[in-house]
Amino acid sequence: MNNPSTVSRRKFLQTTTTFAGGLLIPFFVSAGAKRMGMLGALGAAEAAGADSAVAFAPNAYLGIGRDNSVHIILAHVEMGQGVWTTLPMLIADELDCDWNKIKVGHAPPAQPYYHTMFGIQITGGSSTTWSEFDRYRQAGATARAVMVAAAAQQWGVAPEACSTADGYVIYNDKKLSYGELADAAAKIPPPANVPLKPASEWKYIGKGVKRLDTSEKINGKARFGMDVQFPGLLTAVIARPPVFGAQLKRFDAAKAKTVAGVRQVVAVPSGVAVIADHFWAAKQGREALVVEWDIEPSLQIDTPGQWAAYRGLTEQRGAVAAKAGDAQDALSKAADKVDVEYTLPYLAHACMEPLNCTVKIANDKCEIWTGTQMPGLDQGAAAKILGFKPEQVEVHTMFLGGGFGRRATAASDFVSEAVEVAKASGKAVKTVWTREDDIRGGYYRPAFLHRVRVGLGEDKMPVAWHHSIVGQSILAGTPFEAGVKDGIDGASVEGVNDSPYMGHVPNHLIELHSPKNKIPVLWWRSVGHTHTAFVMETMIDQLAHSAGKDPVEYRRTLLKDHKRPLSALNLAAEKAGWGTPLPAGHFRGIAVHDSFGSAVAQVAEVSVEKGKVRVHRVVCAIDCGLAVNPDGVAAQMESGIIFGLTAFLYGNISLDKGRVRQGNFHDYKMVRMQEAPAIEVFIVPSTEKMGGAGEPGVPPLAPAVANALFAATGKRIRNLPVKPEDLS
Amino acid sequence: MIKLHINNQPYSVDASPQMPLLWVLRDMLGLTGTKFGCGMAQCGACTVHLNGEAVRSCVTPVSRAANQQITTVEGLSTDLTHPLQQAWLQEDVLQCGYCQSGQLMSAAVLLREKPDPTDEDIDRAMSGNVCRCGTYPRIRKAIHLAAKIQREGGKS
Amino acid sequence: MQRTNSPTWWRPRAALFTFCIAGALSVAAVAVRPADDAARSERAISQAAFQAVYKVLMSPRCMNCHPNGDIPLQGDDSHLHTMNVTRGVDGKGVYALKCSNCHQVANTPGLNMPPGNPTWHLPPADMPMVFEGRSPRELALQLKDPNQNGHKTLQQLLDHVSKDALVLWGWKPGDGRTLPPLAHAEFVKQFKTWVSTGAVAPNE
Repeated sequence: MNNPSTVSRRKFLQTTTTFAGGLLIPFFVSAGAKRMGMLGALGAAEAAGADSAVAFAPNAYLGIGRDNSVHIILAHVEMGQGVWTTLPMLIADELDCDWNKIKVGHAPPAQPYYHTMFGIQITGGSSTTWSEFDRYRQAGATARAVMVAAAAQQWGVAPEACSTADGYVIYNDKKLSYGELADAAAKIPPPANVPLKPASEWKYIGKGVKRLDTSEKINGKARFGMDVQFPGLLTAVIARPPVFGAQLKRFDAAKAKTVAGVRQVVAVPSGVAVIADHFWAAKQGREALVVEWDIEPSLQIDTPGQWAAYRGLTEQRGAVAAKAGDAQDALSKAADKVDVEYTLPYLAHACMEPLNCTVKIANDKCEIWTGTQMPGLDQGAAAKILGFKPEQVEVHTMFLGGGFGRRATAASDFVSEAVEVAKASGKAVKTVWTREDDIRGGYYRPAFLHRVRVGLGEDKMPVAWHHSIVGQSILAGTPFEAGVKDGIDGASVEGVNDSPYMGHVPNHLIELHSPKNKIPVLWWRSVGHTHTAFVMETMIDQLAHSAGKDPVEYRRTLLKDHKRPLSALNLAAEKAGWGTPLPAGHFRGIAVHDSFGSAVAQVAEVSVEKGKVRVHRVVCAIDCGLAVNPDGVAAQMESGIIFGLTAFLYGNISLDKGRVRQGNFHDYKMVRMQEAPAIEVFIVPSTEKMGGAGEPGVPPLAPAVANALFAATGKRIRNLPVKPEDLS
Repeated sequence: MIKLHINNQPYSVDASPQMPLLWVLRDMLGLTGTKFGCGMAQCGACTVHLNGEAVRSCVTPVSRAANQQITTVEGLSTDLTHPLQQAWLQEDVLQCGYCQSGQLMSAAVLLREKPDPTDEDIDRAMSGNVCRCGTYPRIRKAIHLAAKIQREGGKS
Repeated sequence: MQRTNSPTWWRPRAALFTFCIAGALSVAAVAVRPADDAARSERAISQAAFQAVYKVLMSPRCMNCHPNGDIPLQGDDSHLHTMNVTRGVDGKGVYALKCSNCHQVANTPGLNMPPGNPTWHLPPADMPMVFEGRSPRELALQLKDPNQNGHKTLQQLLDHVSKDALVLWGWKPGDGRTLPPLAHAEFVKQFKTWVSTGAVAPNE
């Protein structure tokens, strides 16, 4: 093993690639240690010997400064979901450090930060906490063991005789702070397989602490990608095609260049970049730019035409996602039949922070500053464009002003584009998207049409279920295409083919059609479950009503062997007072759905006045196994509920001759304060396997509200977003 | 040159009078706490105080702010002691945090004009600020808490 | 909050006005005796003039700031102002949602951008001057009633519609907004005619 301090950054990257991800904790070496120093004290600590610079770094995830500062490096990024706090909790519980001395930073792209399950560096799939639960605790435990060893050595006592608390190693009346021990600790090789504490000794896990990122986000100091500035940095705004797949024909920059502050206008693969001293000039320059596009007629999709084509596909055989018995035969013999269609439109993520990426290329080095969910892929994409090796590209991950999946494209779309702009212009440039660019820029939740044919037996229970799903594959055409198996992109059918209800239907057939077009699609907070949960949970509600059963009772029967959704259902029903009287004009609906390893049930209380839906209260129960940060889980449920409600009430991206009709928050509306329901979240005390929290709160909301609206109006909502005419 | 008074500091900028205050603050003066979200007064992320009022700086020409008093989130307090900041910390309000500068600046006007706001007051004051993370229930709770802190003598 | 705005409430129909005006004119054309005829004719002229005025007042550019309720209206479809914007006591909004927080002294350029004027406001809460939902007769009577029109004489009202900057804004409403159905000069002329012919309220 090399002495860490002599290993170059390049060597670091080379050596670490020999480590598998998993629970191995690679040794951390200089480049990362330097980064931690930078994180520690805004650059000042970089000066050799500064107290807050990291003196001891037993692994890639944490380092300790002589001033007792504990620097924690996150393999996952903070986009609101709270990992800036949750991952440090995991370390702190094993390290016994002083919570107030913790400083947090995002990791650079590097193998030690690869997802323990997914094999690349990614924040997504509601997976951070469960996937890092062992690795980050192990990192803390290892560091603590070295601290204890260093102190024991100094005192000449057995390590077992020492204890630790709040950043100190203690032996009888002696104590040494971690900072005091850091230099000595740096000379001790970290041990392997340090045992972890039992749950009974956890101080933070399962209890929770306040967020670590609040202070800087309420005084203007937090730096999101949008906030990156340095001398000489220019801003670009891009003119992109008005229709997906259209090509640049010609442009005339003469007028744009007369706008004060505009420096350069360059063509890039995605369009024409107007580069200026600041955003305002760039935007005005773009308005003055004359651009012509080649738009093939086949690209000029209309939303009604697309639905008609999708509808037609349900008459044809699709790829089989799941099958049991003979659904079609059983349907033809069923006593009672239901044949219904659902449409769920394209949806934009609309992160509050519009997309942006800053790129500086100098000689043989490229630096990127952005908020991204996949810094490693972005690094590779940039390197490819520039003909660099990945290690020549440094990615600084900033705070993300929302992600929801949009900042995780396989093609690294907005990063690649920004690199192209910097390359073409030869300048350091921040490429900024306007809100219109964001809403019209694609990478939507795909539009989905479901046709569901259910046959009921004499007992009014489903005996046949033929489910046809039509919508673009998210994985098709991307480097992740290998995820499509036998024509089935799991992200298109998850929540239907693995529904716990399906096991009760002896004859079922689930088919998928994945039509292709040029509209870029992407995972959108809770992915396939955004549409499948809506269909399944409103269908089950409908079947319960046709059977004359209470919707909660009906579900209880079907879920009796499915402990987690059942426990969430029961807790939500109980806490919401299911079956108890409501104020006049108020109605309840319920839904329960399993996704990302957690089961969530929600009871919505609604009223309808003149076609206007008002959701007054949502009671939510989640079984996510151990809730590491219970209030963080609650926050994610609240967040998912508002996110789901926005989609239910307003979410709609529609196309008119291939042009996206919506453009900003006036026509792509968001739920606002006066529409936000009161939300109560309850966590099922659970010893089940840990699941996620960021996404599973979204899927049950829309069906719970739709089911409540059925109770209120007798109307079944099958086309989202809800329209007043659907309620009268 | 346009003279501005921002967070009690004098500034001079060479900007077109029509340039929105937002971009003067961010791209010319480096005050990046004020955020860009929509550019059309729809989302409130860019809210700053102009002579105490919660204007949307993305549509406010800088000429309107000339020689006037501007407060941005950086000037809400120097030390996180504004009752709203204290309440935000206590209630763990924020998530991604991007909209919160605007939320705070809007809430500050509410608290000044209605020291003990009802839920309806909060609806009337805060519905111009979009939060995609959906922190509204916590913002509501924190505003009530901030009102209490303010009443009990917290610095405002 | 008492919310009485209703987007689906009664709306004027162009066809109805055509019918009313035609009806009024045909009444005027039927002569009986000269004296009666003159009076009746003047009455009809007055009513017809108000129908023309009414069309303008009920256009989105005027009615949107004279809502039936505390929430202004927006757009050519006169939907409730989003963001839960409310009138406030002085008609200038409340708290962090005061009109001038978004509405500048001039229209902000661009589609769907906030329109602007130095005095952008609604009528105050104690004198709401509701247009939305009013029939021609109701609105005419309301306009003539000093207790409902801001304590103005008819001459002062005429001055208001002729010169008030916010009224004039209606004819320079910014990108993408439909103009009122009459040119401003024609509107003023009809208003003047209505006033000078006795400000007769239409029958309905």
